[in-house]
Amino acid sequence: MATIDDRNAGTLGDAAGHGGHHDEHGSYLQPKETLLATIWDWATTVDHKKIGVMYLSAVLMMFFFGGVAALAVRTELLYPVRTVEVQGVDAQGQPTTTTTVTGQWLASFLGVKDANIAQNNQLYNRAFTLHGAIMVFMVIIPSVPAALGNFFLPIMIGAKDVAFPRLNLLSWYIYVTGSIFGIMSILLGGVDTGWTFYTPYSTTTDADQLKVVFMVLAAFILGFSSILTGLNFVVTVHKLRAPGMGWFDMPLFVWALYATSILQVLATPVIGITLLLLTFERIFRVGIFDPGLGGDPVLFQHFFWFYSHPVVYVMILPGMAIINEIIPVHAHKKIFGYRSMAFASLGIAAVSFLVWGHHMFTAEGELAATVFSALTFLVAVPTAVKMFNWVGTLYKGSISMTPPMVYALMFLFLFAIGGLTGLPLATLSTDMHLHDSYFVVAHFHYVMMGGTIIAFVGGLHHWWPKLFGKMYNQRAAIVFALIQFVGFNVTFFTQFILGTRGMPRRYASYIDEFQMLHQISTVGSYMLAVGFTGSLAVFVHSLLAGKKAPQNPWGGLTLEWHIESPPTTHNFHKEPIVHHGPYDFDTVLPPGWDPKDYPVPNAEAQAKAYEQVEHIHIGHQGQH
Amino acid sequence: MTTIPHDSHSPHGHPSPAPERPKTMLWQVYKAAHHFRNKEEEFDGVKLGMWLFLATEVLLFSGLFCAYTIFRIMYPQAFANGSQYLDWRWGGLNTIVLLISSYTMASGIRWVQLQEYGKAKFNLLFTMFCGLVFLIIKFTFEYTPKWSGYFFFLDPALKHHHDSGKTALGGLFHFVEGYGGKRPGELFSYPFSTDPYEHLWWSVYYSATGIHASHVIIGMGFIWWVYRRVCKGVYGPTHYTGVEMSGLYWHLVDLIWIFLFPLLYLIH
Repeated sequence: MATIDDRNAGTLGDAAGHGGHHDEHGSYLQPKETLLATIWDWATTVDHKKIGVMYLSAVLMMFFFGGVAALAVRTELLYPVRTVEVQGVDAQGQPTTTTTVTGQWLASFLGVKDANIAQNNQLYNRAFTLHGAIMVFMVIIPSVPAALGNFFLPIMIGAKDVAFPRLNLLSWYIYVTGSIFGIMSILLGGVDTGWTFYTPYSTTTDADQLKVVFMVLAAFILGFSSILTGLNFVVTVHKLRAPGMGWFDMPLFVWALYATSILQVLATPVIGITLLLLTFERIFRVGIFDPGLGGDPVLFQHFFWFYSHPVVYVMILPGMAIINEIIPVHAHKKIFGYRSMAFASLGIAAVSFLVWGHHMFTAEGELAATVFSALTFLVAVPTAVKMFNWVGTLYKGSISMTPPMVYALMFLFLFAIGGLTGLPLATLSTDMHLHDSYFVVAHFHYVMMGGTIIAFVGGLHHWWPKLFGKMYNQRAAIVFALIQFVGFNVTFFTQFILGTRGMPRRYASYIDEFQMLHQISTVGSYMLAVGFTGSLAVFVHSLLAGKKAPQNPWGGLTLEWHIESPPTTHNFHKEPIVHHGPYDFDTVLPPGWDPKDYPVPNAEAQAKAYEQVEHIHIGHQGQH
Repeated sequence: MTTIPHDSHSPHGHPSPAPERPKTMLWQVYKAAHHFRNKEEEFDGVKLGMWLFLATEVLLFSGLFCAYTIFRIMYPQAFANGSQYLDWRWGGLNTIVLLISSYTMASGIRWVQLQEYGKAKFNLLFTMFCGLVFLIIKFTFEYTPKWSGYFFFLDPALKHHHDSGKTALGGLFHFVEGYGGKRPGELFSYPFSTDPYEHLWWSVYYSATGIHASHVIIGMGFIWWVYRRVCKGVYGPTHYTGVEMSGLYWHLVDLIWIFLFPLLYLIH
């Protein structure tokens, strides 16, 4: 965009920098003349909205694959693996013993004949690794920032695009390349290292093939995509805010994504070097992480978690970002404690760099474990600030029970459980019992899935009318949301109980006492599958037969509700000037709404605010 | 730097040796990308982005420095042994080469700002040349002998070898019998090692310098790209973003070597 055609360099003119934007007042979704031209247009677009939609499609596709892997894991756990010896008598009257193995669903499903227990266990290991690696690296990390953030962050601060549009497209292609590496690894048979690639699993298992290298490189490449997106967002927020939008006039979605981006930029390079060293280790046997050669496998854990703990907040902060928007808009009330919310986001980002050791309580010294345990409790403070602020916003709000609101309430409920169950894991004495048990599995699913994924789906419902300009069936959306909610709790609450009773994670089998709880959990995962398929159906129906969405269906005040649904190519017809805060529901009539439908509670304040705004308005016009 | 006047027809005190250019240069008509308000904001934005990117590069290398520290504490004797085989003179020469290249890079930016394109192009080419010299020294005199036992010329400091008479590349390289390879990890086959963990030193050495060398190559690529654009007249006093950014990257490459050199070559 920024370059000028060399041949026309001699001709000066205003049009020089703006060639190719002939239909900037049309919807960004407007197709080109032919299908091929449309595909080419999307494949080479630098429009942040199209890139956001492309991320969204890619992420949803990977969510499907990761979900299938999760269902495979849960189905395997319907029955424990048992070796059954049948005593019998053969034709000659001699006693015989026939041994059969039961409960090996994965082996029989994949058609592995006469699989022994080790083979089935390996298949199980691969299934949960697949699930974990896809969900973490290809779904949760890019879901909110790269898909919804790409689309809405520039609009919310009144910009035409992100700071580096071509870099943005590049990071999408890097994401796709990384995902292809991951898929190649899966096609070669999959890896069984767990998504954490702990050494020596990752340096010794499947030693004859490059599968692990492919998966590790996939994570390495995806990291670059994440860094570039984060870098782009930081510069965008610093440099492209519309006139009138100071730091504390930004929507909290932007604040939380800003904190996320800082984490992405500062933490991801460390996993980059770690995975690079792991690749060297795998290919050249350099020995840095190999105890057999004098290396230190715990060093890998330190390196890995130095990135992966901040990345836990790369995953949850954007979820919080979405809830920051949904709750005030659908409760039609100013958010409680704006500044504390903004600083809590930054606080979480800061603390997240100090707590990586709590993933390794059983692998590090007592002093280190104690220090990390103490620091871990710090995380609870900004997180609790956010929880209380959301509840405070709901209090005496005028709550509309729309699908996004239902998802936000689900988030509050599930995230509270997820957060509170983190405390016994941060406490050394209880963690000794709960470490690597189903309790941990349930805890991070409540945070990652009940938190981020539910917020992501809620955000999709919140912004769907703006994304595609179509409304969806709200009643159906709420029904499927509730199915997801029930299914989620059935799946994972049982796992808390399993964990406290001693069920370790990552086992394909279990003792008979656990069977009932495992089966309940599996049924819950099927309910989740139904719920998410239903949500997908609602969205597909909306695209095909949905009513046209109004400009501002929920009554939001942030800038994306000031423009058309779907937005035009350049988002705004002229540079917006920000007159009001993002959550001034008391004093501002939502754009596109009739005063009869929305009696502004404080008309006097409104008049005063407009008076003040006039000054700001004039001041900024002078500058630009 | 942005205070340089926009008017290109008065190149303030530096009369251009070339006859007056008839056509407009690209930098004179340069407009910022449509989503930036003006060129200055775009420049600031790109610069902020570049500094963030450099921060990620520093963090990338910080992992290596961390590994270096930990293994140094774990196996001090292995590190003391290993680092003796690095010749500080080659490292020092490479340090000087990179420092000179940083100077020429900075000069290149300055000459672009002053519209002295001939000097700018020379400085950029010289910077790339220094990068090449660095890599040649690294590969010919450091990696090759250590990895394979082939020496460009025989190092009199080596006590335990005898000339086998085997040569490569028309007698340029001499093979040292029984020398083995000072290679990383499992590939380590140097028979005279006195510490069982010396291979870890070489793992750290090859990882750190190898990743640094790849950055030198990437940096040279950036400078080549910028050089081509300088030839086309894309940059000038009011628009030199690309030159400045590749310069920043090149200085980072230099800076990382400034830290690697003493850690690897000077302390034992």
